[in-house]
Amino acid sequence: MKVLLRAAFAASGMLALCLSSNGAAAQDKSLTLCWAAWDPANALVELSKDFTAKSGIAMKFEFVPWTSYADRFLNELNSRGKLCDLIIGDSQWVGGSAENGHYVKLNDFFEKEGISMNDFAPATVVGYSEWPKNSPNYWALPAMGDAVGWTYRKDWFERPELRAEFKTKYGRELDVPKTYDELKQIAEFFQGRMIDGKKVYGASIYTERGSEGITMGVTNVLYDYGFQYDNPKKPYEMKGFVNSKDAAAGLEFYKSLYDCCTPPGSSDGYMAEGLDAFKSGQVALQMNFFAFFPGLYKDPAVGGKRIGFFVNPAGPKGHFAQLGGQGISVVSYSDKKQDALAYIKWFAATDVQKKWWSLGGYSCAKAVLDDPSFPASAPFAQQFLDSMAIVKDFWAEPAYAQLLQAMQRRTHDYVVADKGTAQEALDLLVKDWTSVFEEENKL
Amino acid sequence: MTEASTTSRPGLVEQVIRRHPDPVSVRFRGLSDRTIAWLFISPTIVLLLAINLFPLLWTVYLSFTNYRANRPNAELRGMGTTYYEQILSDPDVWESMQATAHFVIATIAIETVLGFAIAYLIDRKFRGHAFWTTVILIPMMLPPAVVGNFWKFLYQPQNGLFNAIVAPVLGVSPGSFQMLGDVQLAPWSIIIVDVWMWTPYVVLICLAGLRSIPDYLYEAAEVDRASPLRQFWSVTLPMALPFIMLAVLFRGIENFKMFDLVNLLTSGGPGSTTEVASITLKRAAFESWRTGYASALAVILFVTVFGLANIYVKALNRVKQR
Repeated sequence: MKVLLRAAFAASGMLALCLSSNGAAAQDKSLTLCWAAWDPANALVELSKDFTAKSGIAMKFEFVPWTSYADRFLNELNSRGKLCDLIIGDSQWVGGSAENGHYVKLNDFFEKEGISMNDFAPATVVGYSEWPKNSPNYWALPAMGDAVGWTYRKDWFERPELRAEFKTKYGRELDVPKTYDELKQIAEFFQGRMIDGKKVYGASIYTERGSEGITMGVTNVLYDYGFQYDNPKKPYEMKGFVNSKDAAAGLEFYKSLYDCCTPPGSSDGYMAEGLDAFKSGQVALQMNFFAFFPGLYKDPAVGGKRIGFFVNPAGPKGHFAQLGGQGISVVSYSDKKQDALAYIKWFAATDVQKKWWSLGGYSCAKAVLDDPSFPASAPFAQQFLDSMAIVKDFWAEPAYAQLLQAMQRRTHDYVVADKGTAQEALDLLVKDWTSVFEEENKL
Repeated sequence: MTEASTTSRPGLVEQVIRRHPDPVSVRFRGLSDRTIAWLFISPTIVLLLAINLFPLLWTVYLSFTNYRANRPNAELRGMGTTYYEQILSDPDVWESMQATAHFVIATIAIETVLGFAIAYLIDRKFRGHAFWTTVILIPMMLPPAVVGNFWKFLYQPQNGLFNAIVAPVLGVSPGSFQMLGDVQLAPWSIIIVDVWMWTPYVVLICLAGLRSIPDYLYEAAEVDRASPLRQFWSVTLPMALPFIMLAVLFRGIENFKMFDLVNLLTSGGPGSTTEVASITLKRAAFESWRTGYASALAVILFVTVFGLANIYVKALNRVKQR
């Protein structure tokens, strides 16, 4: 009997051990996805539950605020860290991450799994996946389409007394601006006005100094005024393109908009500050990325019927918008590359992309964007489509951070700190960028 | 009998030997005391060399190369003194050095005067003395990240407490000026926060100095019928001077490296108005990843601080000797 009991105990012990080790193995199977801490990240957490249910792989997330997003994750990649198995990296990182071996090249994987880049919006493929640009070398799957757009206080625009006053003053209706001149008139109209007993201001625009804020703002105007990164016929030749008279006029315009029509204390504002200004009812117009628009539309104070959306206005020399958004990549230092690739395969599926859009993420898949029901699926969906057709991006070179720093400094010096003229700022920018490209042996 | 008594009661020589055991070297045969001492302290020395001296020498080496930490596989080329020449002839770097110098001088001057004055006042015994001393020290105990963030809110032009208090005094509206966004005011906004946070530190050191002054000096001064002002100039200040100078040294070195408050409050802006040397260094090292260039800048900053600190310490020693 004693022998029997001992055997039973031993068997149950073995069983418990096996079960617990199986459980531990299941728990161990996990992936860490790194991204910025913002509204779409919450949608991705929700979406990824389906992946866990399907694959049994638990998803962990490492989200970092935008202001330290580049610092944190580029440090992680440069130190060959294993924190992130998957990373949704900024569009400008693709060059450096490809050349420095941080991302896994996905061409073979795409081919094997039947994932075609023709199934994604062309601007997002060039912007988020390709390096070198316009070559079929893919380092990411377009994950989150985004561009700079505008929100406005539709309820204020609809007030008869304001509409009448605006028409008397400017000789046109108080409507969504089509050009930057119209936008400035509207911003001036609202600047310092009392609405519902509260002083309001014209516009919230990007002016942040520390990371990429003012560059992401000012480029929207510069592109429309004729700024180009380099000579289209001779790459890296910047003189006369970056610092053309038209580009200087664009920079002057941005400064005039900052000086005339922003709320006090707007000298260092980016996405979060813009949201704060708009949500607290301080401003009539807000420049911000489309990624925030679903959240703003749901906002109880300023959302719903009170908010409207419009595409970045045109300028005298063109009509563009600054590209935002990111692609999802597999980190080459990860020990779980196969699982990470399985996530990308799952994410690329059409039904997942449709759900991604419905949860508040911006799908880049044509199956979603070209669906006839898409423009009516959200009050900002048509504007998103229109914006993605006119996007331009900052340099995506391996030395992008140096190029960005120079632009942050020169534009902030002129726009916010009143230092020198617009022409001088852009001349200095050409000098800075030239020295970066010389150091990179590209000039 | 003799043997038995020897084993049961040790003789004087044996007792002395037991009280003074053999030298360590006798027990670890073949090793001298000096060698054993080295064996004991060598782990510490190795550790110190590894975490202090090696990084310093490595930084100096890197400053002469084109190394980039984000491109470890790229060809490493010797750059000679190119980066040093670039840095020393770059107007942007000089601008950041000027911003650093302004910040260091202004904060040290204000913190020293204020710190000593407060220490002089709370050195007197009064009701609630211990409580108020603790209250004064609170800002220094807060993490700089917290201080930076809450001052950012305080400086908010529309609803910040700072503008709300200062504006009526100046007879202007609170929204009419912005501490962090104005080129003239932004450096002062950082100085104010640093003074608020670190004056207590100066208070603490000065207080230690004031309390170390022997009472008999004041008694002798009173016998000589010295006025309180005369006592201050002839006894208090000279006796507390080495402590004040020590506080200046510590604050000077700290503020030369100032990063956290500036980064949180202005990120070096507006434009590059408050871009102090440490911000420039961080951008070069960890944003641009120009490791070689950043190493050269770090070496220049190190030599500057080290040189100035050495001159200062010599002056401090001279004051102490007087």
